[in-house]
Amino acid sequence: MSKGTDTKGTLWGLLAEYETVPAVLEAASKVRDAGYTHFDVHTPIPIHGLDEAMGIKVSRLPWLVLGGGAAGASGGLLLQWWTNAVDYPFIISAKPYFGLPAAIPVTFELTVLLAAIGAFVGMLVANGLPQLYHPLFRVERFRRASTDRFFISVEARDPKFDATATRALLEDSGGAPVIEVKG
Amino acid sequence: MSAVPLRLDNTLETPGERAPLVLGDSSLAAITEQICEIAERPRPSRGWLLAFGVSASLTAVLFAMIGYLVWTGIGVWGVNQPVAWGFAIINFVFWVGIGHAGTLISAILFLFRQKWRTSINRFAEAMTIFAVMCAGLFPAIHVGRPWFEYWLAPLPNQMQMWPNFRSPLLWDVFAVSTYFTVSLMFWYMGMVPDLATLRDRATSKIRQIAYGIASLGWRGSGRHWHRYERAYLLLAALATPLVLSVHSVVSFDFAVSQLPGWHATIFPPYFVAGAIFSGFAMVLTLLIPVRRIFKLESLITPRHLDNMAKIILATGSMVGYSYIIEFFIAWYSGNPYESFTFLNRALGPYAWSYWIMFTCNAIIPQLLWFKRFRQSPWLLLVISIFVNIGMWFERFVIVVTSLSRDFLPSSWGFYVPTWVDILTLLGSFGLFFTFFLLFLRYLPIVAMAEVKSVVPAAGLELGPHRGHGQYWGEIPHQHDEEEGR
Repeated sequence: MSKGTDTKGTLWGLLAEYETVPAVLEAASKVRDAGYTHFDVHTPIPIHGLDEAMGIKVSRLPWLVLGGGAAGASGGLLLQWWTNAVDYPFIISAKPYFGLPAAIPVTFELTVLLAAIGAFVGMLVANGLPQLYHPLFRVERFRRASTDRFFISVEARDPKFDATATRALLEDSGGAPVIEVKG
Repeated sequence: MSAVPLRLDNTLETPGERAPLVLGDSSLAAITEQICEIAERPRPSRGWLLAFGVSASLTAVLFAMIGYLVWTGIGVWGVNQPVAWGFAIINFVFWVGIGHAGTLISAILFLFRQKWRTSINRFAEAMTIFAVMCAGLFPAIHVGRPWFEYWLAPLPNQMQMWPNFRSPLLWDVFAVSTYFTVSLMFWYMGMVPDLATLRDRATSKIRQIAYGIASLGWRGSGRHWHRYERAYLLLAALATPLVLSVHSVVSFDFAVSQLPGWHATIFPPYFVAGAIFSGFAMVLTLLIPVRRIFKLESLITPRHLDNMAKIILATGSMVGYSYIIEFFIAWYSGNPYESFTFLNRALGPYAWSYWIMFTCNAIIPQLLWFKRFRQSPWLLLVISIFVNIGMWFERFVIVVTSLSRDFLPSSWGFYVPTWVDILTLLGSFGLFFTFFLLFLRYLPIVAMAEVKSVVPAAGLELGPHRGHGQYWGEIPHQHDEEEGR
C-alpha cells in the first residue's frame, strides 16, 4: 500500500456489509465480474467457494514449503555427515562414521521443521502480516467482521473505482449499509 | 432462541444423516458470545483463584527442587547404578506422551475430515504445548550440569568437537524441539482469527492493544484466508508424520540399547499407541470438568466424549496387546535374559507397579465397550484418571525394572525415589496446571472460527463441499435460499 495517497481524511475505499454467506458470495462474484482487482472480502470464517467468487489464484505457498523441506533434508544430511564423518570423526559402539539409517531421524525432523516454518512464516509474509494498523479498523461496524458479519471492501486505488458507480454496484448486490472508509 | 434441548443425545447413528456438532443455538453470534464471554469475565471465579494458587505454589516447589538439585547435585535423587534413569526420564516420557493427543486431534483428525475435532482441538493443542514444556524440563535437569546444555546443539566451539549424531539421545533433542516448535506454530496460527475476535470485542484499551498485537492485525480478508487455509493444511500434513515420529524417537532411546526389556522392535508403535492413549485420557480429565464449569455442553457434546472414549478404547487395546505380545516374544525368542526380565516385571520386586499398569491400561479401559461408560462424563473422568496413572506406571515399569536387573546378578540394584523426586513430579503438574489455568482465563478455549465454519450458517451445503480446507466449491446462486441466521 503506497503511503503517499493514504493520508488521513482521503477516501480509502468503500465497505459494504452482508448478512449471509450466499449473499456475500454472490456479491463478490459481481464485483469480480465488474473488473475490480483491489477489493477484498472480510469474513469471520473461511468460506468455501470464496476463492472462485473473488477470482483468487491458487497460492504458491506449497512451493515454499517444499523448498523448506528440501533445505531441511539436505542440510540435515550434510550436517551429520560433515560433523561426524569429516570434521571430527570418532568411533563409537563400532558404528560407521556416517550411516544413512542412523541419520534418518535428525534428517526427518529438520525436514519437517524447516517446511513448517516455511508454511507459517510464508503465510504471514505473503499476507503482509503483522500489520497492526489498517484503515478498516477505524470503522466501528467492521468489528463484527470477526463475529458474524460479512464485508466487501473496494479500494479507491482500484483503476475501476468510481465513488458513485462502485457504491451503486455494492448496493445493487445487497450490501447494506455501504460505508465510506477514510484512509 | 434454542428450541433444541441441550441434553439432546447426538450419539445415535442415523444412516445418511450427519449428527449435529453444535447443539442449542448454532448462530455465529451465539457461538462467539459463548466462547468469548469466558475470556472476558471481569474477574476470575473463586474456584479459578484457588486452583491457580495451588498450581502456582506447586510450580514454586518445582523450581525450589530444581534449584536444590542444581546446587547440590544429582545425588538428591534416588538414581543410582544401575538405575541411572529414574523419575526424570519416566516423567519426560509421560509428559511428552500426553502431548500427542493435541497434535493427533489437530492434525490427523483434520486430514481425515473429522469435523468434531473443531470443538476440542484448541484445548488439546494447548495441553500439548504445556505438556511438552514439562517434558522438556526433565532431560534438561537430569544431565546434572544444565549449564553445559548447549553441547547438545551442533554449535562450533573451542573444543573443536561435534555432538554424536549416531546416538538416539541426540535424535530425541531434535525430535522434541521440532515437535514443540511445530505444535506452537500450529496452535498460535489457529488462534489468530479468534484473537482478532477478542480484539474486536475488547472494551478496554489494554485488552484491545494486547489482543491486537497478538492477532497480528488479522482482518478476515478473503485473500488472507486463502493462504491461511493452505498453510493450515500443509502444517497438518507435516505434523501428522511428526506426531508419529516423536514418540518413535523417544522409544529409540530404549529400543536402540542392548538391555533386555528395552531392545524390542515393537517399541515404536507400542509407544505411539500409548502416547495417544495417555494424551486422550488427559484431554478427557481436563475437558470434562471444564466443559461443566464453563457450560460448554452444547459445543463439546456427548458425541465428542463418545468419540474420544472410542479412541481411548482402541489405543488402550493396542497397548494391552503390546503388553501381552512382549511376554510372548520374550518366551518365543528363547533368550533367557529376555524371559527373565518379563517374569521379573510381573513377579519380581516391582510386580506391584506392573499390575497397577496392567490393570489401569489394559483392563479398566475395556469398560468403554459399554455405551453407558462412554456416555457418562463422570464415569469417563474416573476411567481417564486411571489411564493417566497407569501410563505413568508403564514408564516406571519400563525404566526401572529393566535397569535394576539386567544380565549379571552381581550388578543388580534397587531404586527408590526420594522426596525430591516426588516433589519434582508434583511440581511439574503445578507448572502444567498454571499454564493451563492462564489459558482458560485469557485465551479462546474453543476454536471459534473453526466451530463456526461447521455450523449451518457457514453455508457448507452450498455447492459440492468436500471439507474444510478445500477450494473447489462452486459459486452458489443467491435465489436458492435465505441462509439460516
